[in-house]
This record gives sequence, C-alpha cells and structure tokens, in this order.
Amino acid sequence: MKVGLFIPCYIDQFYPQVGIATLQLLEKLGCDVGFPTNQTCCGQPMGNSGCEKDSAKTAQLFVENFKDYDYIVGPTASCVGYVKEHYNIIEQTVAVSHVRRHIYDLSEFLLDVLKIEKLDVSFPYKVGLHQSCHGLREMRLGASSELNVTYFSKQRQLLEMVNGLEFIELDRTDECCGFGGTFCVSEEAVSAKMGKDRVADHQRNGAQVITGGDVSCLMHLEGVIRRQGTGIKVLHLAEIFNGATI
Amino acid sequence: MMSEHANKASAFIRDEGRTDWHDQALWFVRKKRDIQTKKVDEWETLREIASGIKANVLANLDTYLLQFEENALKNGAQVHWAKDAAEHNEIILNILRSKGVKKMVKSKSMLTEECHLNPYLIENGIEVVDTDLGERIVQLRNEPPSHIVLPAIHLKKEDVGETFYQYLHSEKGASDPKYLTEVARKHLREKFLAADAALTGVNFAVADTGGFTVCTNEGNADLGAHLAPIHIASMGIEKLIPKQEHLGVFLRMLARNATGQPITSFSSHFIKPREGQELHVVIVDNKRSEQLGRADFRKSLYCIRCGACLNTCPVYRRSGGHSYSYIIPGPIGSILSPGVDLKKHSAMPFASTLCGSCSDVCPVKIDIHHQLYKWRQIVAEQGDFPAVKKISMKMMGFLFAHPSLYRITGKMGRVAVKIMPRFLLYSKLNAWGIKREVPQAPPQSFREWYLSQEKYKHK
Repeated sequence: MKVGLFIPCYIDQFYPQVGIATLQLLEKLGCDVGFPTNQTCCGQPMGNSGCEKDSAKTAQLFVENFKDYDYIVGPTASCVGYVKEHYNIIEQTVAVSHVRRHIYDLSEFLLDVLKIEKLDVSFPYKVGLHQSCHGLREMRLGASSELNVTYFSKQRQLLEMVNGLEFIELDRTDECCGFGGTFCVSEEAVSAKMGKDRVADHQRNGAQVITGGDVSCLMHLEGVIRRQGTGIKVLHLAEIFNGATI
Repeated sequence: MMSEHANKASAFIRDEGRTDWHDQALWFVRKKRDIQTKKVDEWETLREIASGIKANVLANLDTYLLQFEENALKNGAQVHWAKDAAEHNEIILNILRSKGVKKMVKSKSMLTEECHLNPYLIENGIEVVDTDLGERIVQLRNEPPSHIVLPAIHLKKEDVGETFYQYLHSEKGASDPKYLTEVARKHLREKFLAADAALTGVNFAVADTGGFTVCTNEGNADLGAHLAPIHIASMGIEKLIPKQEHLGVFLRMLARNATGQPITSFSSHFIKPREGQELHVVIVDNKRSEQLGRADFRKSLYCIRCGACLNTCPVYRRSGGHSYSYIIPGPIGSILSPGVDLKKHSAMPFASTLCGSCSDVCPVKIDIHHQLYKWRQIVAEQGDFPAVKKISMKMMGFLFAHPSLYRITGKMGRVAVKIMPRFLLYSKLNAWGIKREVPQAPPQSFREWYLSQEKYKHK
C-alpha cells in the first residue's frame, strides 16, 4: 500500500512537527509512505475567497504530485475536503478522479482504511477536542450536533484509545473556532472573538490541552492562547497519537 | 478594505459584554431547538420529506400558483399579482384607499419589510401599526428587525423599558417583562379595536384548498384579521405547498426549529372571508422567479423562515442582525440578497466561515454554505470585489502553482516572522495580529526536515 503524504502549505512552513508526527505514525502502522517534494497547497485559499479559477493550476499540480499513490493522506480535514469536494474546477481525468476518491483525512484513514483498534501510547492529560467544521460537516468525521443521528466521532474514538487521556466535555461540542480561511483577516473582529470564546469553553471545562484534526483551527486558537498567556497547550491529534508529551 | 459587514460587526463586538449576551440569548434558543428536534425520532425523515415537497412545488410553481388562485377565488377571496415591491405596495394602498381605510394593523411579515411597505403607507397618510411585540418595539424605535423570527433580539429588557417610556409613557426605568408586556398589550388593544384593515403574512398557502396558514405566538394575526373588515395577506410566490395534508410536515418542524417549541401557539387557517369581510391575497414575485432560474441557488427558495440558521450561525450571533446589508440577515439572507442586488450585497456571502452549521440545522435541507461558496465565485467576477484581493489571489494562485517560488517565499516569510521587530510584525498591515499571536517560525520547513533525514534522502 503506497501512501502519499499530503502536508498542506502552512503545516509545511509553520508546523513541521505535525508533518513529522503524521509521517512517523503512518510508518509505525506499517504504511509505505512517500512524500512528493514538489507539493505546495490544495488551492483552498483562492477558492474560498471567490477566486477558484486561480486555484486550477494549483489543483493540477496537486494531482500531478499524488496521482501514482494508492492513498493520499493529510493531517487536515479542511484541505483534504477541498480536494474531494472542489476539484470539479479542473477536467475530470482518470488521475483527478483517482486522487479525489483516494484522499483521506488522517483520522478516517486510521479507522476506515487501516482499521486500527488500539494505539500504543499514553497521554495523561485533560484534553478537549476541537472538531473542525470541515472535518465534521464536509468530511462527516462525526455526527454534528444539529442532526438527529446516532452520535459518533472518529476523532474521539481514536482519542479514547490513548492511555491515561482524560476527555473533557465542552459546553458547545462543535462550535466553529472562527478561523475560516481569509475570514480570519477580512472579518478580524468576529474571527478573533470566536477564537476567544472557543478557548474559553475549553478553559472553563478544565482542558490542559486542546487538540483537533485541522492545523488551521489550531493555529488560530494557539494565536489567541499565546496572546492571552493562559498556557493551554495546543497539539494536533497526530502528535498525541505519535506519543508526544508536554 | 474592510467590508461593510466587517465594519459594523467590529463596532458591535466593541461592547463585548453585550456581544456575549446576544450570543448566549441565541444559543439558548438553539439549545432548546436541539432538545425539541431530538424528541422527534423521525426528524431527519421529516427534513427529507419537507425538502422533497418544496422541490416539487418549485418545479411546478406555475401550476400550483394557478391552482391556488382558482381555489382562493372560489372561496371568495380576491387575488392580486405583484411583480415587484412597488406593485405590491400600490395594490395594498389602492385596496385601502378604495375603502377609505386610515388605520391598519399588521402581523409579522418579512415580505412587507422587504417591500418597505410601512414607510410607503405612512407617506400616503395611513397609520400602520405592527402588532407582533418584537416588531412593535423596533417600529417604535424606527429600526428594522434584527432577526426574522425574533425581531428585537438585539434589545435588552432595559432597552425596551426605555423605548416604552419614551413612546408609550410607561414608568421610567421599568424593566420587568410582565409590566412591559402589559403596557404593550393595552397599547395594542386600542390599535386592534380602531383598525379598519389588517394585514398578515402567509406561512403556508395551500394550492388544493386556496387557503393559507399564519403562525404567531401572540395570536396577533388572528386578533387583527378577526376584528377588521378587511384582511390583506401578503405572500411570496414560494410560500405554496400542494396539499393541506403537507401542512402536518411543516407545522411539526417550523416552531420546533425556530424557537424550540413543539408547535407555534397559534396556527391560524384562513380559507374564506367571514360574512361582510373582504379577504385579499397579494402574491408577490419581487425577483423570486429570477432566483428560481439560477440552478445553483434555486434551493434558497425552499426557506420557510424558521430563522434557525441565524440562531446557529456563530458569525450572526457575534455580529448582530443590523450588520448585514439586507432585511433578511444571517446565512439565509446572505444567499438570498446577492440575487436581489449583487453589487449592494457583495459582502454578504463572505460574512461566514463556511462552517456549515446553517445547512445542517435547516429543516428543508438548503445547502446554505455551499451556496455561499458559489456566490463568492460570482461576486469575485461580477460583484463589488476589492481589486487588491483579486490581484493577491492571482498572485497566490501563481505562487502555489510554482513549487520553487513557493519554497523561497515560505522561507522568506519564516525568516521575516523571526527577525521582524514586534512593532513591525504587529502593525496595522497585519489584521491577524490585532488579537492573536503570529505562529512561531520553525528553523526548517517540513520539506527541509524531510530532505535532511538520511532515510528519506533517496526515496
């Protein structure tokens, strides 16, 4: 099974440790992982800003980089979702549809493809899960609170495999953090307020660590936390699953 | 370069305590809604059925409208057709003038707000009084409603007390809801009794009976329509449902999803005028048929105006209804308004994080956040879209299509974050940095790390 590792631009530049954890975790679980070194971005920033035509070449480059892998896995549901849902902007060649059908967010890859049932790590802290909106409502990695369906959360299911981890319940289980791509600067006031409220929910409920499957949300929350100096740690799920300590 | 919405939202948030209060008031409604909808086991099936009924209505709208008209006429109602807001207002003024009406009471109707009926009638010498409590409060304050179901949700009880003191001569400083409700009740009773005509909205018009249903929690639509000699009902063309039996689906969903009540307190069915009364139905297009012609946005006409997408929207809750440029705010307003005037409402599809909560909460399954995304593409090409943003997206597209350029720029960016003095990094040019820290720059990108590892070098 050849797995292509997709490391989105902002993880590549600012959160390499998340990429490293993802790579090491996949290798530990027996995957033959390749990292196409010419990858850049999925194209979402342009698309969400209304300029999806400007992301067509980026999309083509993405497909070129990943078309020969059996699976493509990335530690971020938002970017993975963009490839899956929005790559109709380019011609639907065999390669494009292969990539769109075989790209997975890390959590769903671990559960649905690798079908793991245990994780041999411990993380003895109180952890709050920020379920990113694109993961939840585009990728359906869990049941959103609006729907009247049986509850499930792939990310939570995985966290429950971690020894010693204490899962804290939030007042608002799946409220948006306010990042929203370019929204974070074009609507700075609302975005920052949402981030602040999201952090406060975790803090109120005793979280020592905030985790999630999307680095964009985590980057935003971490920015708020560092400004406030509250000291809550922010880690991506991959880092916890790969045995990180704080 | 801030949009009108961003500016107004930013002003709203400056009073953080009030923003929190607004957010919590609406979240309270959302929580009540969750409890009520989860009591209905077949909730998701109901959504599916409701969505299907609306799809059928819109696919056969001409047939159902004519069927409705035919049956309404048989019942003794008079039916009027208005292609736009101006025609709608004129028709109503003509009805009122022909009967010498001087005073009219109104129950809640977002359509008449959309048509700016009140100022038009007032200019033409008619006294118009909104009788829904929230509507009356904002009418006294000369403000538009800030929410489609909870028009005065932006006001605290102290604000209402002040408004009533100013206009209805209640006690100064009063804020007891019971007392204030009594004041309003007394005031409105006089208006009901003096009215020569009553106007109501229409929640559901039934094609196979020619009747229609109006839902209120205060019974004010009934009081108006049952007392006045003339009843005028304004409805958008999309308010139809084919059969009386379909009402059961929608009435089970509307109040539950809107306010978390099992059912609205008053669901009044009007079929024929009572003896001696005139019943007029005004059917309004006002650009709805244009929206119907836009395949990507047709589903926005499924909306039954429950307002749940506003309650759940994290942006709406923190920016208030008055920050939106259209009379219908929030997610649904943001997909309806560009179809009405793309240039004027260009900012609205961007007043969202695309979190998708609106789509999941929608009882008729409108894909709201996907439509927001689609409107953004149209705004960027044809709307009021900042040139700077257009150019920067082009540059970004170029950058990401050229890996080596991307890598150089990334490195420069990381170095800049590291060496830039704080006053430069957190300058006016960096909106991110107003309330958040910039991510720390690592010494190596992931790719650089990867290539530095012996085991991956030859991979």
